Amino acid sequence: MDLMQKHAHLLERQQKMLQAGLDEVVVCIDRILSPTHAIINGRETVLAGTNNYMGITFAESCIEAGKRALDDFGTGTTGSRVANGTYAMHRELEEELAKFLNRRSVIVFTTGYQANLGMIAGLAGANDTVYLDADSHASIYDGCAVSGAQLVRFRHNDPDNLAKRLARANDEGEGGRLVILEGIYSMYGDRPPLKEFIDVKREYGYTLLLDEAHSFGVLGENGRGVAEEAGLEDEVDFIVGTFSKSIGSIGGFGASDHPLFDLIRYATRAYMFTASPSPSTIATSTAAVRELAQHPEFRDRLRYNSKRLHEGFKDLGLKMCCDVVSPVVAVHVEDEASTVAMWNALLQEGVYVNLALPPGTPNNSCLLRCSVSAAHSDADIDKIIELFGNVVAHRETRAAE
Amino acid sequence: MTTSDADIFEELCTLMQPFNTEKVELSLETDISADLNIDSVSVMDFVMEVEDKYDIDIPLNVLSETRTLKDLVAVVRARVEGA
Repeated sequence: MDLMQKHAHLLERQQKMLQAGLDEVVVCIDRILSPTHAIINGRETVLAGTNNYMGITFAESCIEAGKRALDDFGTGTTGSRVANGTYAMHRELEEELAKFLNRRSVIVFTTGYQANLGMIAGLAGANDTVYLDADSHASIYDGCAVSGAQLVRFRHNDPDNLAKRLARANDEGEGGRLVILEGIYSMYGDRPPLKEFIDVKREYGYTLLLDEAHSFGVLGENGRGVAEEAGLEDEVDFIVGTFSKSIGSIGGFGASDHPLFDLIRYATRAYMFTASPSPSTIATSTAAVRELAQHPEFRDRLRYNSKRLHEGFKDLGLKMCCDVVSPVVAVHVEDEASTVAMWNALLQEGVYVNLALPPGTPNNSCLLRCSVSAAHSDADIDKIIELFGNVVAHRETRAAE
Repeated sequence: MTTSDADIFEELCTLMQPFNTEKVELSLETDISADLNIDSVSVMDFVMEVEDKYDIDIPLNVLSETRTLKDLVAVVRARVEGA
């Protein structure tokens, strides 16, 4: 039996998308000019779908630190953190992050995906139950699967639905209960009603893991995330985050005040059985954490840009995915074919956004998803709004007529 | 609460309607994912409707071993009786 046959349907889908007008199924970026501009298919393009929230990928201090680390420490560590892959700089990044997050301890992972895998599988075992939000990121689902725990999925952003499930299980078993939430959900850009979830926590008791992938560095006065913004950090037992968004590098972390937290290093395979992040990656990440600590105005600028884009889209009458201002600004489109066509038209006019289609989206929705950067200029935001006006609002109006 | 397998099957068919976009005729032998040609997220969303209807939890681990509607009827009955 040909094992690849099970994926043949993907080819059909790709061909359907090419027929709908795509040049290629995957965009290839020829050259990156800045955190917000690139050359794609020979055209200068505004990047509005890169999760580069702080626009920090070309910060001088980060690039200098990365170059120095390459010169002084070489291209890679060639080893796991528990063998030869822990350099002084890995510990320095963990200490710097712990300071930034105001947490007792931080563990750095090689990617954000592995951070979720490692943290979830490190916390939950076969006798425990994990309650996960229906719209959780794939890395959360995969971490849950690896953990071997019982997995109960509750309705997205619905504390009552979680409470009902916790109540049903109250007299069952001896195992622990881990609830996983995200700070900003990546597709719609919505935040969890954290206070209501904490009320449920106080009533039924559970351990809370909060994935701040899209909110770390972004939300809260000091950039500590959605829990800081909500004033509820003491109620969050464990945090997961990534370096591939606000930090502009690659990697991930777990953080906690738990006195035994560091034992996760010896209990989770996603940490032990992979090479540690390269010296230049660690150095750029550390420099970026310092940049975020020193420049609260980046967060102000991001909020300002997000608000402008959100309001611009609202004024166009687009179907917003989220009614609060968020650095993720996504809009609903009627069906897959028109979403693909609009996405392609936007790219040809010089704006790259994310094309988001089922099953990677909530409720089988078709989306055009933007992520805003602090580095976007007023002109960039104006251009995005103008093109969405021409391409999305205009076509929807025509379709309605 | 006594619920017959036939009642549960009928209820599952009703709950399946919005997910059965290709209008496949449903039987106890219908393979939820393969025969209905729906993705894993839709299967989970369908099961959430079932959970709410019967006030039960069907962990995803159980779901991974549940292929046909007949399997799901058995899961629902066991969970309802266990509750």
